Amino acid sequence: MDKLKELTVEQMRADFPAFKAGDHVRVHVKVIEGEKERIQPFEGDVINIRGIGLSKTFTVRKISSGVGVERIFLVYSPKIAKIEVLREGKVRRAKLFYLRKLSGKAARIKDKNQK
Amino acid sequence: MPGLLAKKIGMTNIFSEDGKIIPVTVLEVGPCKVYAVKTKVKDGYESLQIGFGEKKEKNVNKPLMGNFKKLGLPAPQLLQEFRNFESTQFKIGDEIKADIFQIGDKVKVSGKNKGKGFQGVVRRHGFGGVGQTTHGQSDRVRAPGSIGASSYPSRVFKGQKMAGRMGFENTTIRNLKVVKIIADKNIIMVKGAVPGSINSIVAINK
Repeated sequence: MDKLKELTVEQMRADFPAFKAGDHVRVHVKVIEGEKERIQPFEGDVINIRGIGLSKTFTVRKISSGVGVERIFLVYSPKIAKIEVLREGKVRRAKLFYLRKLSGKAARIKDKNQK
Repeated sequence: MPGLLAKKIGMTNIFSEDGKIIPVTVLEVGPCKVYAVKTKVKDGYESLQIGFGEKKEKNVNKPLMGNFKKLGLPAPQLLQEFRNFESTQFKIGDEIKADIFQIGDKVKVSGKNKGKGFQGVVRRHGFGGVGQTTHGQSDRVRAPGSIGASSYPSRVFKGQKMAGRMGFENTTIRNLKVVKIIADKNIIMVKGAVPGSINSIVAINK
């Protein structure tokens, strides 16, 4: 298995900050429209990190005009320009799917660094 | 088209240029050595006998070992003939490496698939099973059903699909695309799955 890992390790990007489930992040995604390439940010809470190696993904959830929107990104994807961690969240589990059933004030995540 | 023998290392993912993830099988191509050269003049057709890997002398029978000793080459794990090389350019003992492949090549990969053991007809032949689990029936869900008529023909036809050993058969997957080549490690990656378990030896035909 180590042989396999060696082959993919070069494609793993190390230029992103570490983040966990519950963190509020802004993901800058490269979007190609016709010929032009521009960057589109997607901001929300990380509710899930899964997988190993290059196929590792994370899910970002945000509420956009009253509707919950979730987007799944590949962690090492070359399409991601930048990931910013805006706020670290204080959560007790690794998968925050319970947030889907909550709305408004109940769906907030506490800031880890704030008392 | 020429081909080579390779060892299956396993499966993984890599990113394509447009940021999509591609499932790939990693194959260690060689070191492959030429064990015999067949030419048009001598044999009527052109081909190369290619051997992969090394085997201990005690695991090879004496007639074969005698041949390998005469050639001055180690006993290979697998010896196979590949056509459509320009065989006159090669001589015995030459090493053939991954550089005969190019990115984007469509290849054919053959090998023995994984053995599944003794399997019933549902898994082995894709039968639907017979019955329900209710209305007084039991033990008929994965049954084969009737295997033929009665007094005529009074026998079961040859080739009737029944339960039995499944897997470990020669299997070929065609049109696998070569996605990546690492020449210094003798590794190529093809998109998709390849027959056999990890460490099994497969033949790649271009």
